[in-house]
Amino acid sequence: MTDYVIDVHDLCKSFGARRVVDGFTLQVAASEICGFLGANGSGKTTTIRLLCGLLVPDSGSGTCLGLDILREAPKIRQQIGYMTQRFSFYEDLTVVENLELVAGVYEMTDSGAAIDDIIARMGLGDYRSDLAGHLSGGWKQRLALAACVLHRPKLLLLDEPTAGVDVKARREFWDLIHDMAGEGLTVLVSTHYMDEAERCKRLVYLADGRIVVEGTADTLTRESGIVTFEATGEDVDSAARQLRHAPGVEAATVFGRVLHVASTERSGLEQAIHTYKGGALTWREVEPNLEDVFIHQLAAREQPK
Amino acid sequence: MNGFSFNRLRALLRKEWIQVRRDPTTLRMIVALPIMQLLLFGFAINGNPKNLPTGLLIAEPSQYERTLVTAMRNTGYYDIRLLSSEAEGEKGLAAGDLLFVINFPANFDRSVDRGDAPSILVDADATDPSAIGNATAALGQIATALNRDLPSMRQTQTAAPAFQFQVHARYNPEQLTVLNIVPGLICMVLTMSTMFITTLSITRERERGTMENLMAMPVRPIEIMLAKIAPYIVIGYLQVALILVFSAVVFQLPIRGSLPLLMLALGVFIASNLALGLTFSTIAANQMQAQQLAQFTLMPSFLLSGFFFPFRGMPTWAQWIGEIFPTTHAMRIVRGMLLKGNGVYDILPDLWPIALFTVVILGVAVWFYRSTLD
Ligand SMILES: Nc1ncnc2c1ncn2[C@@H]1O[C@H](COP(=O)(O)OP(=O)(O)OP(=O)(O)O)[C@@H](O)[C@H]1O
Ligand SMILES: [Mg+2]
Repeated sequence: MTDYVIDVHDLCKSFGARRVVDGFTLQVAASEICGFLGANGSGKTTTIRLLCGLLVPDSGSGTCLGLDILREAPKIRQQIGYMTQRFSFYEDLTVVENLELVAGVYEMTDSGAAIDDIIARMGLGDYRSDLAGHLSGGWKQRLALAACVLHRPKLLLLDEPTAGVDVKARREFWDLIHDMAGEGLTVLVSTHYMDEAERCKRLVYLADGRIVVEGTADTLTRESGIVTFEATGEDVDSAARQLRHAPGVEAATVFGRVLHVASTERSGLEQAIHTYKGGALTWREVEPNLEDVFIHQLAAREQPK
Repeated sequence: MNGFSFNRLRALLRKEWIQVRRDPTTLRMIVALPIMQLLLFGFAINGNPKNLPTGLLIAEPSQYERTLVTAMRNTGYYDIRLLSSEAEGEKGLAAGDLLFVINFPANFDRSVDRGDAPSILVDADATDPSAIGNATAALGQIATALNRDLPSMRQTQTAAPAFQFQVHARYNPEQLTVLNIVPGLICMVLTMSTMFITTLSITRERERGTMENLMAMPVRPIEIMLAKIAPYIVIGYLQVALILVFSAVVFQLPIRGSLPLLMLALGVFIASNLALGLTFSTIAANQMQAQQLAQFTLMPSFLLSGFFFPFRGMPTWAQWIGEIFPTTHAMRIVRGMLLKGNGVYDILPDLWPIALFTVVILGVAVWFYRSTLD
């Protein structure tokens, strides 16, 4: 039909009276890494479950890997790797045993070699024979990552895959993801980490089960219309406290010794900076970053309610 | 994922087997439970109670009667006291104050001398057959007690008994005996351990979140179900072996039928229990609910199985319900095979209902198994 690996239209899903996914439409091309962002409870997990057929949408339609998500969910499952948000492997099985289960269920013919390979790549070697339940949080996460790419899926659906994983492992994981994307793997990954969002080719921002902004990290920051200034000087903390509630300022945050303020209205923000009377601060305008964009989005969502 | 796959089943089986092995508490329970129950029941049923309260209805003791009463006393089983009326005897039996009422017919001595072989009526409270079993059996030993008292010419005619005891088992005419209880026990222990273990299987995966992962993988419901049942069939057999050996050694339980056939039949029974547990596990929202469902079924399946009450004594509708439960049929098979030496044709009428039940129930489980999280 199309070349899109994910191609869904108007997916809706309600739990009781609560509409959690509301007209979700998305196209993801092959070997694209698509970042899935949004506030807690915005429907990321639910959407991912709809995509792999774990939940049935109330309405809407679409395909994953060219297979209908409603009628061909079992076939889709054969070709995707899904990593759940909550650790969902067997704690009373060892790392290797868990991987062997996955290999067996996908009927892999070269399971031994594939398991050794992924264990090496994820650095799980020292923990091969440890019970999964005895691993620390980050290592559990690495096991789950290893398991969901073991059978070389064509599409990866990752739900906050690196929550609690240390920086080095996170980088290694993302390197792995990029390697695999280079070989044709398509990835949809939900995350709350900005550095990870920046490593995605495309970002999708979800609010109340709907995509509100999408694009590359660059386009998102450029088109957000956000103006940001940074100040250095004495006592940035009290400056932040005052400016946070000043008219025309949407956000004022301190990073170490640097005060970062943002707003969508340039004049209002400059006005606020001008009228601020505190310790001496040196101001300069900077490029907005992704976090500014998402904080803005989150704040904009909260106001009408 | 087109159709059933043995490779997938093997992978799932392996996982279940590892999990079973790594759960020492459950394993210990699996061994301890049957032994404990056998000991518990065995102690109760194998006791050889003596000095049982016995009422005697007798007008004025004659010579023969006195001899017989003394002989009964000497067995050690009877603690005899005189009753004033039949009504007193009835009341005593009903209240449980008396386990036996012995009633000598009028003109006993004369009937004996005439060679009429009069009957001594023994009313026995058979609610607990194990309590009166040995005492009743001891009556047989005193059949010759009168021989010394009899006139010499009657003593030579040993062919005809001088008198007879007519035991009237009250309240429990089927007279379940020790040997009758052990087969029932086998079925009960098997049901308790196998059904209860599998009730947890699916709900536990759902509660731990592992179900979401399993469902996202290309597995078929029937593969999951079979993998969950299989290890416990092995364990069920282990329990059967344990119970049989234990019963044979401690209770001298005979095994008159073919042992392989018994094992086969019990295998079907174990499978039915596992299927039932699995179905509860599939239907229930959590482990608690699943256990409650199992408990609700356990009661009627035992009460209506003929273990506690004689099956033929139940109203027709209750018999119909009883016929549905595998326990009822298993109880008959095991009793028949152990005690009567029944063969394959004798047990078939009870074997197919269990098999049918298993298939239907497993179908229900697969039907209710949700392949989505909805
Ligand atoms: N099975 C369910 N039954 C009822 N409500 C549900 C169910 N699953 C999710 N919800 C609700 O749907 C909403 C969206 O949940 P979802 O898990 O998709 O959010 P999320 O974007 O993944 O959040 P987070 O970032 O915290 O993981 C939440 O309000 C949640 O309470
Ligand atoms: Mg989530």
